[in-house]
Amino acid sequence: MVSPDRIREMYGDMLTARHYEERLQEEYLEGKQPAFDISAGPIPGELHLAAGQEAAAVGVCHHLRPEDTVTAPHRPHHVAIAKGVDLKRMTAEIFGRESGLGKGKGGHMHLFDPDVNFACSGIIAEGCPPAAGAALAAKKRNEDSVAVAFLGEGAIDQGAFLESLNFASVHNLPVVFVIEDNDWAISMPKERVTDVEDGSDRAAGFDMPGVRVDQDDAVAVYEAAAEAIGRARDRNGPTLLEVQVHRRMGHFMGDPQTYRSDDDEEAALARDSIDRIESELRDHGVDDDDLASMRDDAETRVEEAIAWAKEQPQPDPEDAYDDVFVNPPSGVTTEEPEFELAEVNADE
Amino acid sequence: MSETNDVIDRELTMSRAMVESIAHEMRDNEEVFYMGEDVADYGGIFDSTQGLLDEFGRDRIMDVPISETAYLGAAVGAAQEGMRPIAELMFVDFFGVAMDQIYNQLAKNTYMSGGNVNVPLVLTAAVGGTYNDAAQHSQTLYGTFAHVPGLKLVVPSTAYDAKGLMHNAIRDDDPVMYLFHKRLMGIGWMPAPDGPKTPVPETDYTIPFGSADIKREGADVSVVTLGLHVHRALAAAESLAAEGIDVEVIDLRTLVPLDTETIVESVRKTGRLVVVDEDYRSFGVTGEIVASVADRDLGALDAVERVAVPDVPIPYARPMEDEVIPDAADIEESVREVVSSK
Ligand SMILES: Cc1ncc(C[n+]2csc(CCOP(=O)(O)OP(=O)(O)O)c2C)c(N)n1
Ligand SMILES: [Mg+2]
Repeated sequence: MVSPDRIREMYGDMLTARHYEERLQEEYLEGKQPAFDISAGPIPGELHLAAGQEAAAVGVCHHLRPEDTVTAPHRPHHVAIAKGVDLKRMTAEIFGRESGLGKGKGGHMHLFDPDVNFACSGIIAEGCPPAAGAALAAKKRNEDSVAVAFLGEGAIDQGAFLESLNFASVHNLPVVFVIEDNDWAISMPKERVTDVEDGSDRAAGFDMPGVRVDQDDAVAVYEAAAEAIGRARDRNGPTLLEVQVHRRMGHFMGDPQTYRSDDDEEAALARDSIDRIESELRDHGVDDDDLASMRDDAETRVEEAIAWAKEQPQPDPEDAYDDVFVNPPSGVTTEEPEFELAEVNADE
Repeated sequence: MSETNDVIDRELTMSRAMVESIAHEMRDNEEVFYMGEDVADYGGIFDSTQGLLDEFGRDRIMDVPISETAYLGAAVGAAQEGMRPIAELMFVDFFGVAMDQIYNQLAKNTYMSGGNVNVPLVLTAAVGGTYNDAAQHSQTLYGTFAHVPGLKLVVPSTAYDAKGLMHNAIRDDDPVMYLFHKRLMGIGWMPAPDGPKTPVPETDYTIPFGSADIKREGADVSVVTLGLHVHRALAAAESLAAEGIDVEVIDLRTLVPLDTETIVESVRKTGRLVVVDEDYRSFGVTGEIVASVADRDLGALDAVERVAVPDVPIPYARPMEDEVIPDAADIEESVREVVSSK
């Protein structure tokens, strides 16, 4: 049984994540009207929003501690929120501001918050090996922290994912791989590019449990993740967990989605994980006022983060030259010691 | 036919020109097919295959799993069987996951087999920044692919060139990497500068690799560049003309082979060389071009400047991206520099 308090917490993060994506969409499109120009407006570049995928993120991350590592892919905001990434500094990063998580250098696909061990990458499946590496570090240091790699269902055909499964399995690493199955990889439906219906079936070939949560039900995900993360913490090895989620928006903002049928889009909109968890809360006696005030709290959190971000200064152009390395180019020294070395004699 | 009827005035965007040549080759040769992510229904994220699915169907316009090693490597294998695959890497930045197939198989099989095996594969990829897509989606990596022996490397800057170079790429029996700059394609959501949209003949034609195009003649300074920066250099040349500086702009069109002859001839005339590109500055295209001119005729070089991405990853935020990707003003400054120094 998942406690009502835990469900409330998850609900709060789901509301935050949903409202966040909806607000970013508005901000992003501002300045891109009437003609959509990807480089215009307060948030330029690509933007991949995760509305409809919140259940996977909260169901897994609400088991985690700050010292546990999470890697996310190009669609990272909901996972970051569930992991407790600093929302203000994350938002400032998305707006390209100096006080952003990466001082405006990374942008929305490249968010790093070492305070809660969160990172993401825009290259498909490339978060999997580093998650295995974080797990390896925990194992070597005899710590009970775990690592989680999030990836899309389109990423399960990638070498970096498959190699990581084997690496994690053979070294019995405390890592969980979480597939967010939203049925689509940009315009490619999963049945066109992947031969297994359930990505979790891949686990069998790597001698680890494969579990699929067939609906984007945060409580069901929480229960399945309890098992997987518990297994990792108890040093019983990796798990492959898959969650059915839904893509309520385009792949990226500006995606015409001409490849997608209206039926598919409507079906995705109809299955709302937020409605589901709300009714769960009602079953626990949470009333309308209570739900409304939680909604207000989430919205306030998001609005405050966005307002704060937009007040932050732009980086200076010259800041571009910093942060390539943390040490000086010469390394930890500028001086080379002198030794007396014997002559190397080729004849000997 | 009268003279005026021969003037070609049908203008195409770069993407339409590319697609036209691919369609033409596919009609002529059943063995030509296209593989990539989102190339079927989507028509290529950057319009590289727009409309081809309708005409050729899924067997020949193939969406593939997100498995670059597998499908690029499969393209190598099919090409070695004599087919003529075109395989698309959505962004050149994703090369890393399939690097072995590109660097150790595609590029080297011909040589290692003593010429007994050949790989008639065209590897297309989108390159470039200027729209704040940050460090993993904005590179050109020209130097990375020009560096390894065994790959011909094409970088069109206009619709006319895009078509003629693509015809040559598909018919060539060797591997050709064809890097198209996103900003030049004429995509609705990423406005192109003036310039890449040009008149394009309806007929098929081939442009030889290794023939640079002098886009603007000038007596004072040779600006050598490629891709997006051809247009930035031309814009710079226009402003500099008002200052009385006469700039020659050379569009390399291909890096491998490199038309050293045209560059050296131009530098012999002007004495001043400014090399501009959108790749990292060190160990790359700009250094290579300066070195190859120096090798051939050191005495011709009175003054040299390089304009490239300073050695940092491409930052996200607008002020920083603008700082590191060379613009027309940066080119102008370097041209003034070589003019005043010599
Ligand atoms: C190695 C690599 N190949 C291709 C891409 C381009 N790309 C970005 S997102 C995406 C689709 C990913 O689908 P999925 O993993 O299901 O995640 P979703 O977008 O559905 O969340 C692709 C092909 C990439 N970023 N990296
Ligand atoms: Mg997906």
